[in-house]
This record gives sequence, structure tokens and C-alpha cells, in this order.
Amino acid sequence: MVPVYYLLSHILKEEIIMPPMITQKTLELGVKHSPEFVCMPFKFTLGTFIECLEKGANILVQAGGGCRYGYYAELQEEILKELGYDFTYINLVSKGKMDIKEIREQLKKIDITFSTKKSIYYVFISSKMIKYMDKIDFYIRENIGFEEKKGSFLSLKGEMLKAFTKAKSFFHLFYLYQKYKYKFRKLPKKKKNKKYKVGIIGELYTLMEPFANYHIEYELAKYGIAILRYTNVHYLLFEKKNKIKKYLKKTKDYISYKMGADAADNVARCKYLCMKKYDGIIHMKSSFCTPEIGAMPILNKICKEYDVPIIYFSFDAATSEVGIKTRIEAFYDMIEMRKNK
Amino acid sequence: MEKIKIGIPRALYYYYYGKLYQIFFEKLGFEVVVSPKTNKQILDRGSFLAESEMCLPMKILLGHIDFLKDKCDYIVVPRIDNFGLDEQTCTNFLALYDIVHNLFSIPILHYNIDEMHHEGELEGFIHMGKHFYIDMITSMQAYEEAKEEMEVENKKRHRLMRDLLLKDQRKILIVSHPYNLEDSLIGKDILKYLQKQNILAIKSYDIDPNLVYRGHTKISPGLYWHFSKKELDSLVYAYPNIDGIVFLSSFPCALDSLVYELTMRKIHKPYLHLIIDDINATAGIETRLESFLDILVQY
Repeated sequence: MVPVYYLLSHILKEEIIMPPMITQKTLELGVKHSPEFVCMPFKFTLGTFIECLEKGANILVQAGGGCRYGYYAELQEEILKELGYDFTYINLVSKGKMDIKEIREQLKKIDITFSTKKSIYYVFISSKMIKYMDKIDFYIRENIGFEEKKGSFLSLKGEMLKAFTKAKSFFHLFYLYQKYKYKFRKLPKKKKNKKYKVGIIGELYTLMEPFANYHIEYELAKYGIAILRYTNVHYLLFEKKNKIKKYLKKTKDYISYKMGADAADNVARCKYLCMKKYDGIIHMKSSFCTPEIGAMPILNKICKEYDVPIIYFSFDAATSEVGIKTRIEAFYDMIEMRKNK
Repeated sequence: MEKIKIGIPRALYYYYYGKLYQIFFEKLGFEVVVSPKTNKQILDRGSFLAESEMCLPMKILLGHIDFLKDKCDYIVVPRIDNFGLDEQTCTNFLALYDIVHNLFSIPILHYNIDEMHHEGELEGFIHMGKHFYIDMITSMQAYEEAKEEMEVENKKRHRLMRDLLLKDQRKILIVSHPYNLEDSLIGKDILKYLQKQNILAIKSYDIDPNLVYRGHTKISPGLYWHFSKKELDSLVYAYPNIDGIVFLSSFPCALDSLVYELTMRKIHKPYLHLIIDDINATAGIETRLESFLDILVQY
């Protein structure tokens, strides 16, 4: 969220409203106004839009692409207009794809003084920012379960994001990154007892879920399980195009075509985790995510062949933290029993 | 020598390409086995094999393939990516071949339609012929003849529907994918009931989509799904001549959840949205249709 805010606030004159954190209220608003069996990200984004409109926003921006995410914008605009809000809707996607020319024209509509040269500079800075944030996020996810004072990691992360929005140039950003990396390393941590290791794969947008927000890391760390987690924003934006062919080559025995969104990538990652002899795999997705559902039978087959346990989490509006807790507990018990055999 | 048997499951893509496969393979001298109409047993088998969140037509397809697996030597499963720029398909069609290939151990005849990268239908059929060492020209001829026969049939169907639209009788347009409406478990009951009530049911896929050039842009300019586009085209064409619209979709359908929802907000005629899942397939649908017909009379 922060890089987008940074980018827009530098290239446009308008005031930008930071969307509030996703809470239970956001979810309820989204569920109330969206169709029944659409996937969860639609409900989340619709909920945040409504909350932003109530805060006083009058220009909304929606991106997208890949699966049916590219078609969100049209329906959301219609729903919000029916609710009686007055706003201009900027749709960066046209026909399921992002086109740079189109985006430029759309942005010129909002702000006449929009300059392309200046914006290119800030696009590069914010892409770098995404990379740094992902790196720090990776470190947080590995260590957050072992923190001594609860909440110390999250508060430092908030501090870091605030500092990032004030970055002036590449060097300033790099300096901030190094500074906070050092601070994160210095935070007091308990001793790690890495008994087992588990890989987490799945769809990216479950990252937005309040439950997935480090909740699983906390739970797993309680049992002394180390985590390897893949999907991050930088991968999705910049690396995916180059890597998909490599992934298809590696999983030749199972799949021969792209399967939409992240499905083929997840199959490749699952095979890699199995070959590295991980103790278990956790697959996360939001309910009714069609590409991931298509990948599930194949993941099952791979795990059966390599004899690695896999568990599926499907996040819904009704999913509770307690339910996930019990399932993780059962999963841990199973891993332990298999090891002691 | 015994003929090679080729199986075609009566689900999903059968309603687009089934006849074409049948004529093509019979012309090349194979025996074609088509699975029977969907029944409860096939659906149960499919639900057992599939993931619980898969859509209903997908479950039915897996059931059909399970039925065919020891009755033939090969099964035809295409992979359809797109029909050109901005003409994509559902992700289930994209992953179809890979899913079936991993779930069953039978040999599969497959081809890939990806017109953005110059892989069309003709190339696909030649590819299938090559699997049996049939040369390019023979399979090309067979494909062209099969296509011609299909076209004659389609034209007949389109003309019939055009005449029906002008009839002076109460008419309802059913907007749906053919694999939902034509399936004996999902949609057949609805058609039967409407016929009993003396109401003309017009199927959206029976109307020639070429009659309205880019008609869907009136409802949704940013649409990029091939099959949904065709449905909306036919809706725009038939709109002035019909009394009501029934939207029929199967449970977690990715495209329908968005496209139908948007369409329903933009039309000004009475409509009914029916969603069918595998638990209570068609129970309660008659009551809903009955009350919808009551609305139509008063409208």
C-alpha cells in the first residue's frame, strides 16, 4: 500500500487518502454489497472503497489483471453508483490487461499538470521500495514468532513505512532500508528451536486477509516450525514473466501449459519443496479462487508421490482464527507422528 | 483389425465441439463412443474425484471421463486458452488438460487453442491426426468437411430461432452456457417446465452472435471472455422481442458471478437468477419459475 501512496502523492497534486486497515467491519460491508460466490479479494476491495468514500474520497483507482481480477472494476463501479456515492472511477485495466499508454491518459484526466518524465523517476523509486519492503517482510515472517515483547516487530514495521513515505531519492531510500534492517536485527528475540520446516504456497491476495497477517507465523512458531514463504509483491510485478517458462520446464512431468494466475508457479514451488524434503506444505487461498482450485489435484498427486503432507486453507468471510488454530495443531501432531515413526 | 475407439465425454466442451469431433473421427475411420446423458451416478462419481470447490460442470465432466475410462482407448480433452486478443476463456478451460491428465491414467488426445500465438482449431485437429500417423492433408479434408456439416446445422438452428422470436406468444430468453442448459441434470427440467406452461424458451446460444456486431459493449465495454461476450450479444439482439429473462448458472462459476451480476443491474425487464449446485440439483426451481411467470403476467 505504501509504495502506491508514495507514487501517487508525488506525481499527482490531489490529496491521497490512505485506506484504513482491513477490519471485521470492512469485510461485513463488502460481503453485504457483493455477489454471492465471487472470491474474497473482491469483497475486501469493495469494503475498503466504501470506507474511503465515507472518509471523503472522490476519485477511486482500481488495478488488476490475470484472472477475473481484471474485471472487478466494472462491477464495483456499478455497485458503488447504485449505493448513491458521487465519485470518478479510474480504471487502470482495459480488457484484463494493464496498458501503459491507457494509464497515462487516465492519469492526465485527473491532473493536467501530470508529467511523464517525473513520474517515470518515481515509478523506479517505488519499485525499489517494493523490493526493500519485501525483503524486510521476509525477515519479519521468519522471526516474528520468536519475538520477546509481543507487537515489537509490528510497531517497528509501522515506523519504517512512515519513514519510507518521506524518502527523497534513491540514496535516501537505501539509507533508510539499511537503517531499519539493522534495527530489526537488533530487536530482542527468543532462541529458535527449529525442529521442523514447512513451506507456505498459495495465492498472493490472502496476504491481505486479517487472519493471514502474521497469524499463521505466530501459530507455527509456537511449535518450533520454521517457514519458507514465497509469494510477494515484487515477484508478481516484475519477476513472473521471466520465470514462468523455467517453471514449466521443471514440472514437465505434471503440467504442460500455463494454468492461469499463480497456479503453475505453485505447482513448481510445491515440487521444489518436496524435493528439498520439507516436512509439510501449507497451501492458502481465498475461497472460490478458480486457478488455485485447478492446481489442487496436481498438488495432491505430487505430494503423494514424494510422501509429503499437505494442508489446504480456504479463507472465507466466516473463517475464524480458532478454526485455523485447531487445524494447524492437528497438522503439527501429524508431522510429529510421522517423524517419530 | 479392430477399430480404435475414441471417447468423447458429454460435458463442458461437448456442447461446442462434440458434433465436430464425432464427424471428424468417423470420417477418418475411428469408432466414436459418446458417454450417456448425465445421471445421478455420474455426478456422484465426479464429486468424489473432484475437489469440493470445483464448479458443477467440472465435476460432471470428471464423472463422464470416469465412466468412459475403460470403454475406449483414447479420450479427447482440449485445452482452450483464447480465441484471439481479448477473447479469453474461463481458467477451468485453461487447466482442463492438466487436471484430467493428472487424475486419470488413460491416454488422452489433446490439442491447444491459443490463437494469440497462432494455434488455431485447424492446427489442433491436424495435431490430433498426427498422433495416429494420418497425414496433414487427409485430416485437413476431414476437418473441413466436418466443419461444413456443422455450419449447415448451425444455420438451420439460427434461422429457426429468428422465426421464433417474431412469434406472437409469451417468450423468455434463457441466458446460460450450453453445458448448463443442455445438461440433463442441470437445465433440462427448466425447459420441460416452460414447455408445459406453453411459453417459448429461447436459448441464448441459439441466436447467431454475428447478427449484432459488438453488441456486448452496450452492457459491458471491458468484457474479455469469449463465451460471455456471445451471450451478451444475443441478449442485446433479442432484448426488444422478449418478455422476461432467466439467468442460469451453476454454483461457483467464476465468470457468471461477475458478468450476470453486472447485466442484471443494467436491464429493465423482469429477470430471474437461478443458481444450481450439486446438493439439491433442481429442487425448488419449479416454485421459483412459477412465481416468476406470475410476475410476467402482471408486468
